[in-house]
Amino acid sequence: MDSIWFKLLGVVVSFIVAFAVGMTYMGLNRKITARVQNRKGPPFYQNFIDAIKLGSKTTAIHHGVMQHFGPAFLMVSSVMSLMIIPILNNGMWFSNLNFHGDLIFLLYIMVFGPLGMALGAGQTGNPNSAIGVTRGLSQMVGFEIPWVMALVALMIQFHTTSIVDLINIQVESGTWLIFSSPFAFVAAVLAMLGMFRYSPFDIVGAPTELASGPMSENGGKYLFTMMSSASVFAFAKLTLYVDLFLGGASNLIELLIKTFVIYMIPVLYGVVSPRYRTEQSIRYFWGWPAFFGLLAILYAVFF
Amino acid sequence: MINDKNSQKIVDFIQNWARKHSIWVLAYGTGCGAIEIPPTMTSRYDAERLGVRGAATPRQADVLLITGYLTTKTLKRVIRVYEQMQDPKYVIGFGSCTINGGMYYDSYNTIKVLDKYLPVDVYINGCMPRPEAVLSGFAKLQELIGQGKANGAQKYKDNLEWYRENQKKIIPNWVMPEYNW
Repeated sequence: MDSIWFKLLGVVVSFIVAFAVGMTYMGLNRKITARVQNRKGPPFYQNFIDAIKLGSKTTAIHHGVMQHFGPAFLMVSSVMSLMIIPILNNGMWFSNLNFHGDLIFLLYIMVFGPLGMALGAGQTGNPNSAIGVTRGLSQMVGFEIPWVMALVALMIQFHTTSIVDLINIQVESGTWLIFSSPFAFVAAVLAMLGMFRYSPFDIVGAPTELASGPMSENGGKYLFTMMSSASVFAFAKLTLYVDLFLGGASNLIELLIKTFVIYMIPVLYGVVSPRYRTEQSIRYFWGWPAFFGLLAILYAVFF
Repeated sequence: MINDKNSQKIVDFIQNWARKHSIWVLAYGTGCGAIEIPPTMTSRYDAERLGVRGAATPRQADVLLITGYLTTKTLKRVIRVYEQMQDPKYVIGFGSCTINGGMYYDSYNTIKVLDKYLPVDVYINGCMPRPEAVLSGFAKLQELIGQGKANGAQKYKDNLEWYRENQKKIIPNWVMPEYNW
């Protein structure tokens, strides 16, 4: 059960699961948005149809090498994040390639994709891409602060930097971390609003304002790569939140329920919110989310 | 786009089915017709339930929607936009102005017949076409894509000289590359 082939098989299977679940969640997001706006909305599998269509389009755009690498970097970052996040907590299936200290590694690898995409978007020479990249990196400076604070608070409180150890602590004590370190959860969830880039934080790829920002020169297969990478990354992030705060999941059904509940927070916050400007977004993240992050660290140090 | 090889037929069927149900529209709001697009997209008529949604840039779009008359000045921009789109791509001529000039039939600075300058796959007539008519136009385009008959882009490539000749008659100062991929 511990051989490397078994783990690699688990990685492949979890990638397929992440792709399917992420795409379905994003389709459900479109459906829920439509229902809130009193529309019928597309079917929940609309994103799969879009993916097939985008994959079958020809691409005859060349702006330079980095432009072709940008979406690939995004995909690599998503898959690497997924690989070190344990999907299920029974330690046998889908525990993936995690190791001690993977929480710190995750902090680095999660910003690798957007940075690669920024390089790729920069080479297209499209002014909308350049503005989108500056906005995206500014926003990242915003939400990374409460996110890092929340994770550091967990590390201080439980003296570990391993995701599996955090899951095991929750399983053994029977208390989820959402109860034993609530301030860290609040800070992390508020940071997640920015990570998902749904409105009101969709300042990076705003279609009516920036012509979809960094991806404005990418069509067809590039867009397909970005779309699948976004779905895999969404699933990885949701699973990470479930692992860290909701005690992990012992089977796939439980995981789907828990991730869907977490996913509804940015979605439902987004459908009723208009778009922020860049400085409003950064001010938001450096306000209450950072305050809760600080509170979480103080809580972890003194209690 | 129906391929002749038997092995390709199943692939083409799946691809055409996906293209049919996922139409990303670049609405080029040239004329008054652009006002009919918001009701088509929003809650009353909701084109998204048919898979029709807006695209932000020509690179991502499948359908170029020419909503209304085209002046000689905007024709140049429309040609650039059309040639930046990626295959397979379609054009919908929207309103009477794109068919025969409509109420601008004797205007000195609008083009009368869009089909001489860009390969139009589907026309929606009316002045203005109501959102029902727009949706029926999209349904017609879906039918054509499903049968593999919406190959205006191929027609454009095959007869590029003829189209260029017509376009250059309208645009005297042609400072563009010969084909803007």
